[in-house]
Amino acid sequence: MTFDLETAANPQGLRRVAIDPVSRVEGHGKVTLLLDADDRVHQVRLHIVEFRGFEKFIQGRPYWEVPVMVQRLCGICPVSHHLAASKAMDQIVGARKVTPTADKIRRLMHFGQILQSHALHFFHLCSPDLLFGFDSDVAKRNIVGVAQAHPDIAKRGVLLRKYGQEVIRMTAGKRVHGTGSVPGGVNKSLAESERAALLKDVYQMIAWSRDAVRLVKELFEKNLAFYEAFGRFRANSLCLVRGDGAMDLYHGGLRARDADGKTLFDHVEYSTYWDYLLEDVKPWSYMKFPFLRSLGPDEGWYRVGPLARVAGCDFIPTPLADRERQDFLAYDGGNAAGATLGYHWARMIEMLHAAEGIKDLLHDDDITGSELMTRGERAGRGIGMIEAPRGTLIHHYRVNEDDQVVRANLIVSTTHNNQAMNEAIRQVARQYLDGKKLTEGLLNHIEVAIRCFDPCLSCATHALGRMPLAVELVDADGRVVDELARGGDE
Amino acid sequence: MNQAQSFTLDGADVPYRPGQTIIQAALAAGRYIPHLCYHPEFKPHGSCKLCTVKVDGRDMAACTTPAAPGIAVESDTQEINDQRRMLVQMLFVEGNHFCPSCEQSGNCMLQAVAYDLGVMSPRFSHLYPSRPVDASHPEILLDFDRCILCELCIRASAEVDRKSVFALSGRGITKRLIVNAASGRLADTNLAASDKATQVCPVGVILRKGGAFAVPIGKRKYDLKPISARALEDAPRPPGARHG
Repeated sequence: MTFDLETAANPQGLRRVAIDPVSRVEGHGKVTLLLDADDRVHQVRLHIVEFRGFEKFIQGRPYWEVPVMVQRLCGICPVSHHLAASKAMDQIVGARKVTPTADKIRRLMHFGQILQSHALHFFHLCSPDLLFGFDSDVAKRNIVGVAQAHPDIAKRGVLLRKYGQEVIRMTAGKRVHGTGSVPGGVNKSLAESERAALLKDVYQMIAWSRDAVRLVKELFEKNLAFYEAFGRFRANSLCLVRGDGAMDLYHGGLRARDADGKTLFDHVEYSTYWDYLLEDVKPWSYMKFPFLRSLGPDEGWYRVGPLARVAGCDFIPTPLADRERQDFLAYDGGNAAGATLGYHWARMIEMLHAAEGIKDLLHDDDITGSELMTRGERAGRGIGMIEAPRGTLIHHYRVNEDDQVVRANLIVSTTHNNQAMNEAIRQVARQYLDGKKLTEGLLNHIEVAIRCFDPCLSCATHALGRMPLAVELVDADGRVVDELARGGDE
Repeated sequence: MNQAQSFTLDGADVPYRPGQTIIQAALAAGRYIPHLCYHPEFKPHGSCKLCTVKVDGRDMAACTTPAAPGIAVESDTQEINDQRRMLVQMLFVEGNHFCPSCEQSGNCMLQAVAYDLGVMSPRFSHLYPSRPVDASHPEILLDFDRCILCELCIRASAEVDRKSVFALSGRGITKRLIVNAASGRLADTNLAASDKATQVCPVGVILRKGGAFAVPIGKRKYDLKPISARALEDAPRPPGARHG
């Protein structure tokens, strides 16, 4: 079974248009379109050329190295990999429940990660599209342009991210790729001086996060019909929730809902995830396509990430974020919550939740405690799951009696969202590209849809408005008949 | 006779006691000479060549050359430090020194020496050796791909532990650390976790299981002070002498 626009019925003679690369930090992505002589779109595919070498080369390595090593998968959300691997290794060392200090330091680290990653994604990577328009002057459609036209917004984005990075530094040891979380606990708690330094600015971060939620809401209000329709598609959703149904980005049970909000399964112990999730393979992509086992590959694909989480939880356990969640879900009869651009709104609500969560933890004395580690009966299998900034992240390891990793399986957020992203760009192609002569602005619509899901697909060079982009029109014989290029370094 | 005798190191007087080598006298006097295979508790080895200095114009290993009255020793010069950087860069490419995920990062002499010498990037093509990790021992793990052939573990095992658990095998570029057991497995030796041999590895070959990453970033050995300062603190001093 293939989806509409996934595979052209008669590809012979169609022109192939490739957006290559769609820049990302870890790996490589590209979009291909097949067009006929009248510029009608017949096929759209998002290819993520992910190199999953980690699963292979950590084989044979000692298990305690894994939480530090695997975070190198990513430069934007390394903490998520660090913590997911640590949670898996907790099981290996028999730490069924880590100490309160370890649990709260890890949660603090994770909130710092959510805050910095969401700020980076929204302000640096996506706000230029949203503030200036998807096909606005490309020379200004970047964070520098935002800094010139909206200096307060740009400054807040930079400082929010910086604050999140400081939380990470104080809990993990470094802003990027620290070592704070170890199998069975953490290697440091917060010093009083660190706690005081973070407390000094946390209320400002909460206020700015709240303003960011309102900024997205204003963007929706100004252009409601377009925002709600852009790249819209119906999908199942998947996320972790706490035992009482609350949003919990660090730990919980799996909840899946269908496109109408009906619960498919709930509070599933994630160490049995393979009873509920399977992965499909397509011949044209290196990335697998996960789906809900009960619905099968055609109907069971789903989306993860901020939109799935904000809409999927029963409530957010911090008051300001929960109020914004209710406002978001009720907005325009609930239509905004089903929009692909609604990811940004949900993301800012989560950023507010992270800021509030940091504040609450900073007032909890456990974060300065000295009980850092715990151990128990050794196990051979460890599964860690966490809600990374972009969605559900699964780490699954087998470790032999000599302490070496013998098998690893990582299912990252981008993989969960694979089919959802493909659906979004197909909708955009239908809505805005079909029958039109391609321009940079139109192609950017495709990238805007991708950026709703995953900042790794719009890398740092794009933040400066100089994402290297080469589009070639190739005829059926492979000859380049037209090209459009945007340099990376001019 | 214990009269103060001295030589000059980069123009400064360094006193020494008879029987001391140049590096022993220099470290005791608070002057650092880069080194890897030298260890104050073991006999000089002279294999890493990082402590090479010019003695009256001739290249000599500071760890094996006896101090002598009036000699002029050069160490901290552009020419010698360039050679040291090259030696360190060659050591890095001979092994798999992936500092970002190595549990010895921050406590590793090779890494610390590289930082101290200003080595900021690889220079030569990596050889990427592929020697399986030996995780067979219940308490100790061996990651052979990080070995710099300093032989400290061999010396400690033989001279202190009286066991000869470790040895070198092969010649030239194929030379490598091996375990002295018919099976080649560490579990089949009589190594104990308390042995001196488990405590002297300057890099990340001999690792104690279960204790990795326990010290947070910022508090590891070479986070606090560079190796040029730590080596002076660790150096044996004559009675009554002050550190630092």
